[in-house]
Amino acid sequence: MNYETVIGLEVHVQLKTETKIFCSCPAGSGGEPNTRVCPVCLGLPGTLPVLNRRAVELALRAGAALNCGLSGFSKFDRKNYFYPDLPKAYQISQYHRPLNGAGWLEIPTAAGKKRIGVTRAHLEEDAGKLVHFEDGWSGVDYNRTGVPLLEIVSDPDLRRPREAYEYLKELRSVMRYIEVSDCDMEKGSFRCDANISLRPAGSRELGVKVEIKNLNSFKAVERALEYEEIRQRGLLERREPVFQETRLFNADLQQTISMRSKEEAHDYRYFPDPDLVPVVFPPERTGEIRGQLPELPLARLTRFREEYGLPDYDAGVLTAERSLADYYEEAAVAGAGYKSLSNWVMGELLGKLNEAGLTIEESPIPAGRLAGLLKLIEEGTISGKIAKRVFAEMFESGEEPARIVERRGLLQISDRGELEGIVETVITGHPGPAADFRGGKEAAIGFLVGQVMKATKGQANPKLVNQLLRARLS
Amino acid sequence: MNAKLNELTARETAGLVARREISALEVAEACLSRIAAVEPLVGSFLRVDGEGARAMAADLDRRLAAGEEPGPLCGVPVALKDLLCVKGWEVTCGSKILKGFFSPYDATVVRKLRAAGAVFLGQTNMDEFAMGSSTENSGYQITRNPWDLDRVPGGSSGGSAAAVAAAEAPVALGSDTGGSIRQPAAFCGVAGMKPTYGRVSRYGLVAYASSLDQIGPFARDVGDVALLLEAISGHDPLDSTSAPIPVPAYRDSLGREIAGMKLGVPRQCFAAGLEEGVERAFRESLEIFRGLGAEIIEIDLPRIPHSVACYYIISTAEASSNLARFDGVQYGYRSPAGENLVEMYEATRRDGFGEEVKRRILLGTYVLSSGYYDAYYARALQARRLIKDDFDKAFERCECVLMPTSPTTAFEIGSRIADPLRMYLSDLFTIAVNLAGLPAISITGGFDASGLPVGIQVIAPPFEEEKIIRTASAFEAGAGFQDRKPVLSVPPAAAPGPS
Ligand SMILES: [Zn+2]
Repeated sequence: MNYETVIGLEVHVQLKTETKIFCSCPAGSGGEPNTRVCPVCLGLPGTLPVLNRRAVELALRAGAALNCGLSGFSKFDRKNYFYPDLPKAYQISQYHRPLNGAGWLEIPTAAGKKRIGVTRAHLEEDAGKLVHFEDGWSGVDYNRTGVPLLEIVSDPDLRRPREAYEYLKELRSVMRYIEVSDCDMEKGSFRCDANISLRPAGSRELGVKVEIKNLNSFKAVERALEYEEIRQRGLLERREPVFQETRLFNADLQQTISMRSKEEAHDYRYFPDPDLVPVVFPPERTGEIRGQLPELPLARLTRFREEYGLPDYDAGVLTAERSLADYYEEAAVAGAGYKSLSNWVMGELLGKLNEAGLTIEESPIPAGRLAGLLKLIEEGTISGKIAKRVFAEMFESGEEPARIVERRGLLQISDRGELEGIVETVITGHPGPAADFRGGKEAAIGFLVGQVMKATKGQANPKLVNQLLRARLS
Repeated sequence: MNAKLNELTARETAGLVARREISALEVAEACLSRIAAVEPLVGSFLRVDGEGARAMAADLDRRLAAGEEPGPLCGVPVALKDLLCVKGWEVTCGSKILKGFFSPYDATVVRKLRAAGAVFLGQTNMDEFAMGSSTENSGYQITRNPWDLDRVPGGSSGGSAAAVAAAEAPVALGSDTGGSIRQPAAFCGVAGMKPTYGRVSRYGLVAYASSLDQIGPFARDVGDVALLLEAISGHDPLDSTSAPIPVPAYRDSLGREIAGMKLGVPRQCFAAGLEEGVERAFRESLEIFRGLGAEIIEIDLPRIPHSVACYYIISTAEASSNLARFDGVQYGYRSPAGENLVEMYEATRRDGFGEEVKRRILLGTYVLSSGYYDAYYARALQARRLIKDDFDKAFERCECVLMPTSPTTAFEIGSRIADPLRMYLSDLFTIAVNLAGLPAISITGGFDASGLPVGIQVIAPPFEEEKIIRTASAFEAGAGFQDRKPVLSVPPAAAPGPS
């Protein structure tokens, strides 16, 4: 029998606010345990939450980017459960009236764009972290407690582990574009749980779903889902039951492992938090928020393809991060050729930045100067090979390319007379290859060009050298 | 030294201290002496902070001597219910589970009292987590009614009411979730007010039922209630449910006439099993109001009988969540029993909470459970709106509503503890007011045959505390019941000797 895979993702995004969602403690990460806490986020008796306005604004912006319906009325609920990292023994979340209702996110797939439904995107507070000591005791670090989270729940619209991967990539890209979150999985500011079930192809009913946790990278999500797909198909084919359960992904084994032998029926007893008042905003705010959104990655990708004539791959890489796309566009506007600019940015620039551990914002070569370098190549002032040397120097010093070329005497030799002499010397010095070319071995010309370039320390205009060699050998 | 300084009103004390005719320290000493003398009989306080009170008073005297502007509560000793957070004090809510919890911060009302020049005497006894109507549910001790030491002071703020009645403190703060200020005020023959929900910040009040809790003052007369209310009211950025409405000068409503004022009396309050003495005193109090020129009209609050059921669903639901944090992890009591986390939780909560608290947590957990939420919690919220509608309609016809505070006077210690349902039903008249979020005061409206005080409530529309103060102070002036004081025969050995 053929089975269809059904995947839904729950993503938690930490919002980039200065302070926590219900108190004025700084919202950052790291630091000594329990140094960013106060009576409110510690849940001490008598304390009350006060909603951080900025968190609501960021959440609404995220909702707008995800095309979510905004009702203009939202409430907070308490999700009750006991765990030491949850100091009030309830998490303030949104259940009945989320800030952002149903929406969607378009993702690029091999078969073109696909629209993935978003069920809801609601605000909640983060929990603390347990620290386990060697002597068997555990401690709780409440620094993270109360950091604002946006939980984005997708519809079960994903059909392949690869699509889940693409969804996450796109979602992260969007969240970073609109500057609501760093979306750093390593730092925990982007977290994902996955739900997966299989059903006979063509069936409309959903199968028994399994929740997978402990997914520390997009790759892990894809791998875990692939593993789970095979495991569940095996069970179904052997007519064994699939249990509704939570499984943990073990990255070392590349397997999912059952977390609980039998599913505990969790009853969170949600009810409206009486300590908070509803969030109410006028309908015109919705339009305002949408109007303030920047161009989103998928739209920008399409435009890069059309406006700059870039291949899909290039457009995808260049638009994945807003800052990189901004960099590209700045250089393109400054007059660099679109495709060669794309090659230079994706190749040389990203390579160097990566090596140096720098981000695009920290690039020692501003976009305008990279465009200047590329113009020097296009005008024939320097060769591509020389340009790489100039680039390396620019990366070190940040200097103007033209000045480096001038100072180092790297101007391309395009003087016919000067080059003809060198061509003559090379042909005389390498009679074998010269004869080969005359005998019809086209490839031999490459060797001879190389020799001329060598003799000129790479400064000869390779096009002209090629021309002169052919004229002399014909 | 004047041995009667503890019997002054807060207004008198503040005036005398501000004019430096008496010192704040003298007043504090007078209260501390009285406390030392009567505590063995009454047991109002869980903890008396003599040293702290003297230090606060002495500091205030120094600052006044240095020319500092006196605050409105200058030198006024205040007793605080043991669920208000005071920086550096152990705060237990009358519960064993909070033993050892020292608050690192001040509640907003505490901060306001400090700024107004008050002197803190200590913390008063209460039913554990404010759950109860007799203060018998305290995890530490019982408190006795100063009018009759065999009877309860009411609850849950029984300690605060008894302390004021016994002249241990001129004023006290309590909290009122379903009558916890008004009912003990009625039983102890003092004035006690529950302000409009949102009038006083709840920040630093350990929550029982967040949508109903409200902090309020106890005093021996309405004038002091007004003084204290003014000091603690107002919007607080730390409490989202506190209202951004300006605080009027409540004392301006004192001593004004009520001639021509329309006061509504719900027909339902006579049908609810009033004790004979209560009914008689209440009817007589209506005559006093008439005598002052007020018009008494009959009104209808048809849904008021649903209040008790509605209240016990909403309050226990909220409590089950509010009290979940007392789990032994971060502060307070932790059971040494248990081999793992879950066992530690279970043992801590089993041993740390008293029976009544556990009963309400279970009830609240049940009504919020999936499958039951709509049948109980959601319906209770609907009923709550209807009860509020009843009052809204009533206030179209009258300016204030009058009701007995409790169907009975103070009952004997131990007489009801085994019958929680009967105890719950006795809160009928106070509970509806919390559900509707209204302000209400309880003042002494008369006495029953055995001389026990009978409380009457004056209820007003939201944020119209001024009407209450005007009405209640006019009644007080007309009736004079506030001048009758309980007589405590202090054993000579415990009596304070002048030093
Ligand atoms: Zn904090």
